[in-house]
Amino acid sequence: MELLLDILFNGVAIGSVLLVAALGLAIVFGLMGVINLAHGELMMVGAYTTYVTQLVFKLPLLKPYYNSYLIISIFLAFIVSGVVGIILEKTIIRKLYGSPLETLLATWGVSLILQQFVRSVPLAYGAGLIISLVLALFIPTLFPLKIKDSINVKYYNLSAWIISAFSGVLTASWISSSISRLSRPDSRNVDVTAPAWMRGQIEILGTNFPKTRLIIILITLISVIAITLFLNQSAWGLRIRAVTQNRQMSDCLGISTEKVDILTFGIGSGLAGVAGVAVSLLGSVGPNVGGNYIVGCFMVVVLGGVGNLLGTIIASFGIGIMTDLIGAGRLLTIWPQMPLPLATTIDFFATTSMARVMIFTLIVIFLQFKPTGLFPQKGRMVEN
Amino acid sequence: MRISRRILAGLATASLAVTVTSCGGGSDTSGSFDDVKTVGILHSLTGTMAISEKTLVDTEIMAIEEINAAGGVVVDGKSYKIDYIVEDGASDWPTFAEKSKKLIDQDGVPVVFGGWTSASRKAMLPVYESKDAFLYYPIQYEAQECSNNIFYTGATPNQQSEPATDFMYLRSPAAGGDFFLVGSDYVFPRTSNTITKAQVKQLGGKVVGEDYLPLGNTEVAPIISKISKALPDGGIIINTLNGDQNVAFFKQIQDAGITPSNGYYVMNYSIAEEEIQSIGPEFLEGHYGAWNYMMSIDSVASKKFAKSFKKRWGSDRVVADPQESAYNMVYLWKQAVEEAGTFDDNAVREALIGQTFNAPQGPVEVMPNHHLSQTVRIGEINAEGGFTILEETGVVTPQAWNQKHPSSKGYACDWTDPKKGEKYKL
Repeated sequence: MELLLDILFNGVAIGSVLLVAALGLAIVFGLMGVINLAHGELMMVGAYTTYVTQLVFKLPLLKPYYNSYLIISIFLAFIVSGVVGIILEKTIIRKLYGSPLETLLATWGVSLILQQFVRSVPLAYGAGLIISLVLALFIPTLFPLKIKDSINVKYYNLSAWIISAFSGVLTASWISSSISRLSRPDSRNVDVTAPAWMRGQIEILGTNFPKTRLIIILITLISVIAITLFLNQSAWGLRIRAVTQNRQMSDCLGISTEKVDILTFGIGSGLAGVAGVAVSLLGSVGPNVGGNYIVGCFMVVVLGGVGNLLGTIIASFGIGIMTDLIGAGRLLTIWPQMPLPLATTIDFFATTSMARVMIFTLIVIFLQFKPTGLFPQKGRMVEN
Repeated sequence: MRISRRILAGLATASLAVTVTSCGGGSDTSGSFDDVKTVGILHSLTGTMAISEKTLVDTEIMAIEEINAAGGVVVDGKSYKIDYIVEDGASDWPTFAEKSKKLIDQDGVPVVFGGWTSASRKAMLPVYESKDAFLYYPIQYEAQECSNNIFYTGATPNQQSEPATDFMYLRSPAAGGDFFLVGSDYVFPRTSNTITKAQVKQLGGKVVGEDYLPLGNTEVAPIISKISKALPDGGIIINTLNGDQNVAFFKQIQDAGITPSNGYYVMNYSIAEEEIQSIGPEFLEGHYGAWNYMMSIDSVASKKFAKSFKKRWGSDRVVADPQESAYNMVYLWKQAVEEAGTFDDNAVREALIGQTFNAPQGPVEVMPNHHLSQTVRIGEINAEGGFTILEETGVVTPQAWNQKHPSSKGYACDWTDPKKGEKYKL
């Protein structure tokens, strides 16, 4: 029983890291068909947001609320990565719909730029830049429509940009003057430490569980529920699904496909930011943090069946449980009297490297028989 | 959708194109020198290794500046100012070989100081051997190599891991306990652990498990469940993980209750002061490290080294073992050139053997197998992010061919005797 609980927990823990990382990609790649190689770097942006939030909450002003900084950073990371994603969509990806090869190269280029950006630009300036971009995107939505009609659009946009640029500069100078660590470029990896109440272990049913893993599982669960509700219950979710299934028809029926694209990409990117918060709890935060996850993300999405959230969920937990079963040599514990040749084989694969080889092999074999993944997309989209 | 999947497959084969830059050092010839001699510095300034290797560039530049300030290198009564060309290996091993060729053929440097990873050294080795040129390599490594064209100023396993294993099994709080070996999946951890396994067997101990994490992978959950299964009541963990993987490892073992207070002690071979800073001392306190140099060494030479480095590069910087090795090699080269009376690499190579230097770690000497004899120290990581030195061996002579590794037992290397050379039977 305890063993079963152990396997289940470890499998779910590993799987939920994969799932939270792949969730955004499942939307961007799965629903929009955009191969976004900068997905990992959007995670990195989320992870750095957590780091900056952590340092800001160590300032005397916010110190009393330090214990809750992680919860706030989840929302911030969603917004920051989402905005970076929206800008990416507006400037680059929009021009490349329907040409996957070019999208692939362009987003790979973006990923290199983002990596080098965090290496060579002080994070304080990065934070300032983000603040101005967020404001520049959101200020126009604040003005009532009446004003929009009465004033010249040029002045209106100009004033919005001036306000946001000014706030950005203010933020940057405030952060760099109060937190010296953020005022100069640092290519070294940085560390996010969860507040004390989130560290250590918790005992459930006689077994000890690490708290950070439970928190990651919780973050994943909330993200999955939120995105499912959004896609299935809300009006915009309906529009997203409509555009996914038939772009031309949706366009004809009066859905603004442009807005839908921005929204979808923004949400997918925002989820990558949330994933960044989760992985920052496990390891260190550095320019390469996203690159470590990107292959796993694509693997999960392809295995689950492109365009199907349920498939992504099952694929991540499946891979998670398999990783633990093979990598930790669980089969030997379950069945100690197994014949020697089998036992040696299992023992051989019971290391992290070999378990990975084994899992990739199994996935390749699986895709030979079901090339469209666990839950292939059905309907009109398949035809084109 | 079909198209996108095919493109994904192509991704796997896509290779990284890396731009490389080079920059020259100061080129002014001030009046007090008779001539200028340019040496090569070859480390990664970009890419994943840049974080570590940049510290070596800084140290080597500091050593060269110190030598120049003290009158440069004097050969045949003429004083030479040392100039340097810094090339970028870009964390890409073929680039290291290519840049080596450039430094040797185009710039005609008499010596190259460079490398960090074993992979970069293995890529450079054929270049230096075929051109009969000269490389100084400053990192503690797995040994099992002894080139006539490379000088290795870092520790060999018998100067780091062997005394450390002895300490853990005989004198640490977990003495007599079982061993679990964790490492990144590449040549250094695997070789080092083969040696450790042989040694633990000799000592009468037991290795109950080992696992390797593929480079770049930070999912350590299966390793942790294996450790708690193999060592239910505490024990000794030997850690050869690389770089950031340590952060994931230490964060998660602490959460899983694998801590010194529960009887688990981790001995680390790749965590120096620089890494302690970035992992966070709160995760490492109470665990151990083994090095030749530790910043907390209380000697005049050590303090001077740390002080000049901070003065040159910033008060928040630290010095660690790899930097000390890099510092030593520049000075040893200078001494050998002065003794040989020429910059010619063949003469310098001969003059190098037997050179002694009062290094920050204490006296070091260049041995006939092109490695250094050095002191080994075992330290406990403290809350301030440094080492509390617990033990210090005398000067240990290096073994290029490890005497515990089954494949090299009974062999040695001696370049002073033409009959012996790279690998001879003892």
